[in-house]
Amino acid sequence: MTAPRTLYRKLLDSHTVTRLDDQNILLFCDLHLMNEYTSPQAFSGLLDRKRDVAMPGQNVATVSHIIPTDPVRHRIILDPASLQQAQRLKSNCKQQGIPLFDTNDELQGIEHIIAPEHGMIRPGMVAICGDSHTTTYGALGALGFGIGTSEVEHVLATQTLVYRTASDMRIRVDGQLPLWSTAKDLVLMIIGRIGAQGARGYVLEFCGSAINALSVEARFTLCNMAVEAGARGALIAPDAKAVDYVLQRATDIDGPQRESALEYWSTLYSDSDALFDCEHVFDASAVIPQVTWGTSPDQVIPITAAVPEAIGAQRESTEKALSYTKLSPGMVLEGVAVQHVFIGSCTNARIEDLRQVANIARGRKVSPGVRAMVVPGSGAVRQQAEDEGIARILLDAGFEWRKPGCSMCLAMNNDVLADGQRCASSTNRNFEGRQGRGAITHLMSPAMAAAAAIKGCITDVRQLGVAHD
Amino acid sequence: MFVNWGWHMTDKSLLVGAAAAIKIDNLDTDQIMPKQFLRGLDKSGLDKGLLWDLRYDELGQTRSNFILNQPEYSKVTVLIAGANFGCGSSREHAVWGLLQFGIQAVIAPSFGEIFYSNCMNNGLLSVMLPQALLDALMAEALQQTGPMTVEIDLEEMVVRSPASRSEFMLSDRHRAMFLDGTDMIESTFSHEVDIAVFSEIHWSKYPWLRDIASRTKERIDTL
Ligand code: SF4
Repeated sequence: MTAPRTLYRKLLDSHTVTRLDDQNILLFCDLHLMNEYTSPQAFSGLLDRKRDVAMPGQNVATVSHIIPTDPVRHRIILDPASLQQAQRLKSNCKQQGIPLFDTNDELQGIEHIIAPEHGMIRPGMVAICGDSHTTTYGALGALGFGIGTSEVEHVLATQTLVYRTASDMRIRVDGQLPLWSTAKDLVLMIIGRIGAQGARGYVLEFCGSAINALSVEARFTLCNMAVEAGARGALIAPDAKAVDYVLQRATDIDGPQRESALEYWSTLYSDSDALFDCEHVFDASAVIPQVTWGTSPDQVIPITAAVPEAIGAQRESTEKALSYTKLSPGMVLEGVAVQHVFIGSCTNARIEDLRQVANIARGRKVSPGVRAMVVPGSGAVRQQAEDEGIARILLDAGFEWRKPGCSMCLAMNNDVLADGQRCASSTNRNFEGRQGRGAITHLMSPAMAAAAAIKGCITDVRQLGVAHD
Repeated sequence: MFVNWGWHMTDKSLLVGAAAAIKIDNLDTDQIMPKQFLRGLDKSGLDKGLLWDLRYDELGQTRSNFILNQPEYSKVTVLIAGANFGCGSSREHAVWGLLQFGIQAVIAPSFGEIFYSNCMNNGLLSVMLPQALLDALMAEALQQTGPMTVEIDLEEMVVRSPASRSEFMLSDRHRAMFLDGTDMIESTFSHEVDIAVFSEIHWSKYPWLRDIASRTKERIDTL
């Protein structure tokens, strides 16, 4: 009899080429995704030592971080340095036979959105990327995590990583999320409770009735944000919903292969007596729409609560954060004016997110003085939103409807906020300067961000009187 | 304590460094190396961007009160930092920038996970000390006028300051990587046959994972 294993251990076991020592294994990586800004030095490293890419067919790249998102047919990267990065990615991929979603590819998009939407992420695989939000793929029962550029080079050269194994954490969430409380609110609440380092050193597994009830897209949001609690991975055991999502997209899996895939995927869960090093339990029915008040994703409160006092061990960090966000202890966030609304990013720029935004925008207007941008996560999402009439609704309401990219999630392209501007944002990081030097970011769900656009201030989406779809 | 800043002449097992304390928790890699410095194709010029917003104000003027801008701290080689140092974005530029600035070691109670790996892969020593010991070291450094001399001893696995001696842990692998400057790719190449055998068995079990990227891209391009 084999000892009971967690899902994480099962994934490690099926990808261990060899054990290197008691903490490290040589981990085989099924899929490696690349972007334009964390890969050029890795390719140069290979070139310098005359090394080739070991298995080009297991690698894919996309231009997403530096790309302008202006709604023009043919996108031109004006910034010379950024243009060079895009060109270099193209020549590197061409030289090494790596498929690329190039600047004007109709299906171009944010790496963590395009990989699953085309069926590239499948349960039981290991998928890595030079980007921390690679944890997203755990939503389909795939082990995903971010790596640095040295490791990008290592994967290119060997299709493996020297991998330090993590500990196991389980987060159980039961109960039903209330109307307007989304996976984003749930994960923000969890990060708020366990802290920005609460899952550091762990791969966590989400389970419970509230997780089962989430759509696959909502699960992406949840696993995507797990890295903001410091997690080295976030998994959800694949269920029928996840399998359907994959099979609809991975149309190459058919015939007898399909049978064996289904059989294998049905083994991907934590054994009932498997041991976790740490467990947390949350109640979904208690989740109120969340908004961050500080400069770390764990500095978050329900929209109904007041900004905390700067006391105890958190005194200095609270004071520092509040001085940056220009807020004070005891105040409520409802009514705090925003100049900008950003709806996008690998956290919340999928079709379901945009449907929620459209639901709020329908028949309403963006408040005067607010610039509200919607940046779909990929060309496919953009197309679908146009087909469904979402784009029309957004444009009529006064939102900008832009081309896909990371955009103001990290503001590495020309979508940058000015000093002091306050932004309601559906993204994942409210770090100082993330959306522009001196710019203030409030993380929230896409629905909450849309509500802020309409009201011109941070507001409780539940009070807007919108019927929930 | 003798002062001969930098790595000990004979090997890298003893660093005698001038340390600066930056008491900020969750100092993320966006702050360590802001996005405007990520546009390069190589690793050069990143010392300029290090901790940019802490070092310069919105007009690009030096913030003279920030510790690394004070003349007596211009040669520091060690940072004493807060919890979760280097959390956030995976950008290795943060580590390259620290090294180019002259920082050879960071001592903190904890590090962002990807940052920690990035440090090891670049020979930037990241020393994790328990919070209480770190707090004491930080307080000692903050009380000094001018940089505090610290010794990081990889033989005895201790950090010494004028008033303290703290043991720390580093895995054998990381210690060896640091001392020998192991070329990780070269050492993985010694498993080349294992990888080839593994991948064939893996793909016979899970054929839907073979060439998953190239096959998917071909499929969607022909739609
Ligand atoms: S959308 Fe933001 S978090 Fe996601 S990959 Fe792009 S920059 Fe990173």
